[in-house]
Amino acid sequence: MISYGQHQFPGKLFVVEGTDGSGKSTQLALLYQWLKSEGYPVFFSEWNSSPLVKDTTKRAKKRHLFTPATFSMLHATDFADRTERDILPPLKAGAIVLADRYIYTAFARDVARGCDRSWVRDVYSFAVKPTVAFFFRAPLNVAIDRIVSGRPNLKYYEAGLDLGWSDDAEESFTIFQGKILDEYDRMVSEFGLTVIDASRSIERQQREMRMLIAPHLDRKKAGRAR
Amino acid sequence: MQFYGTPLPGVEKEVYPGKLIVIEGTDGVGRSTHTALLRTWLEARGHAVLDTGMTRSILAARGIKEAKTGTTLGRVTMQLFYATDFIDRLENEMLPALRAGFVVLTDRYIYSAIARAEVRGIDSAWIRKIYGMALVPDAVFYLRIKTAQQLVERLLSSGRGFDYWESGMDLHLGEDLYDSFIEYQSRLLKVFDRLTGEYGFQVLNASRSVRTVAADLRHAVTRVLDEPAPTAEDNLSVIKSRRDQNGAKPTTNLVDLNKKALP
Repeated sequence: MISYGQHQFPGKLFVVEGTDGSGKSTQLALLYQWLKSEGYPVFFSEWNSSPLVKDTTKRAKKRHLFTPATFSMLHATDFADRTERDILPPLKAGAIVLADRYIYTAFARDVARGCDRSWVRDVYSFAVKPTVAFFFRAPLNVAIDRIVSGRPNLKYYEAGLDLGWSDDAEESFTIFQGKILDEYDRMVSEFGLTVIDASRSIERQQREMRMLIAPHLDRKKAGRAR
Repeated sequence: MQFYGTPLPGVEKEVYPGKLIVIEGTDGVGRSTHTALLRTWLEARGHAVLDTGMTRSILAARGIKEAKTGTTLGRVTMQLFYATDFIDRLENEMLPALRAGFVVLTDRYIYSAIARAEVRGIDSAWIRKIYGMALVPDAVFYLRIKTAQQLVERLLSSGRGFDYWESGMDLHLGEDLYDSFIEYQSRLLKVFDRLTGEYGFQVLNASRSVRTVAADLRHAVTRVLDEPAPTAEDNLSVIKSRRDQNGAKPTTNLVDLNKKALP
């Protein structure tokens, strides 16, 4: 078992992070299209996507079975499956792996939900350190507007309704997202996250992303997967 | 209340009236038999008992079972899935019962999980940090058997046969289930011996008859509960009552036990 920062792989791992509604998934999709069109072997992996854990998470959310500790632990299980299945093998094979949300999502969310900061970091110490981790930083009100206006009903855990901050879903969600944003902010220097100002235009953010990952790309690999 | 490491989130340190008693041991050593016997005996003595065991959580039991039927369960994923199951039972079963004054009997605890992780090459400091959320039990009784060969005899005579995971087939240690089982269980036994000192297990020689081991366990449990030691009649009455409860289907162990107990 190799720890965070100790893996040596020919592949590259780029991850996007940020609060809900920060536009990170849109940016990652654009990056994916670009890298594919350049002919790089690209593999995409997203949060909460383990086929082994999916049903358990779904059932637990529906039946409100989670506590902060089990919420954290089951998401770590999901992430471990993603790592062992979708991240390690392609990186070993020299591919580019793009991850929509990574360990920093767990660090922000679980700590906001009351878990111990260093305990959560220890749990995820098996994770591969990304080549670049982008943090799409949107002002809190922008992110909240994007989510609340796009969705009539906030989900129970999404709004943090199990944490007893407020019975009102929107108010609880706002408190929760504020805590999450605080955690992200403190991780910028701790993990060297690359901050992207998510309030600017989509095109400008994408240009910046491409510029920042270009030095990490091996031009020899381009064109092979075309 | 004491935790091994970082406590569970949101749990205040408190003194609870219950007792947490762990029965540990490798596969096929008789843990479930002894847990069942102990439960009946404790109930007869007027204790409310909660019994629990690995992969019995409402949250994760089904998922783990399904994951184990396939071939894609990775080593790290497996440890975390087990930890999810453990924490769910700790928070939703064990802690509430301890607060309510129950004797909580658990068939395996974190030590089996740690042993299984270690024989799979998982970082031992990492797995211990994860299980730092566990409560330090009032007692851990380790049912010890010397060799994996002895386990095989028990396994075959019970009619259970070899299981893929109990044989450590995911580790590719041998040509077939038998070879793999011997190697895997031998490694587990070594780890358990190491954990005995680390976690202060009370070791019981499980190669002896069920009756002898059960009597030893009862004596040891009375010490944990700070109660007078059981008498011979006490043991006998429990066995009888258990047989009555079971009606027409007493298990082999219980029949055997009963015969030996009668004058």
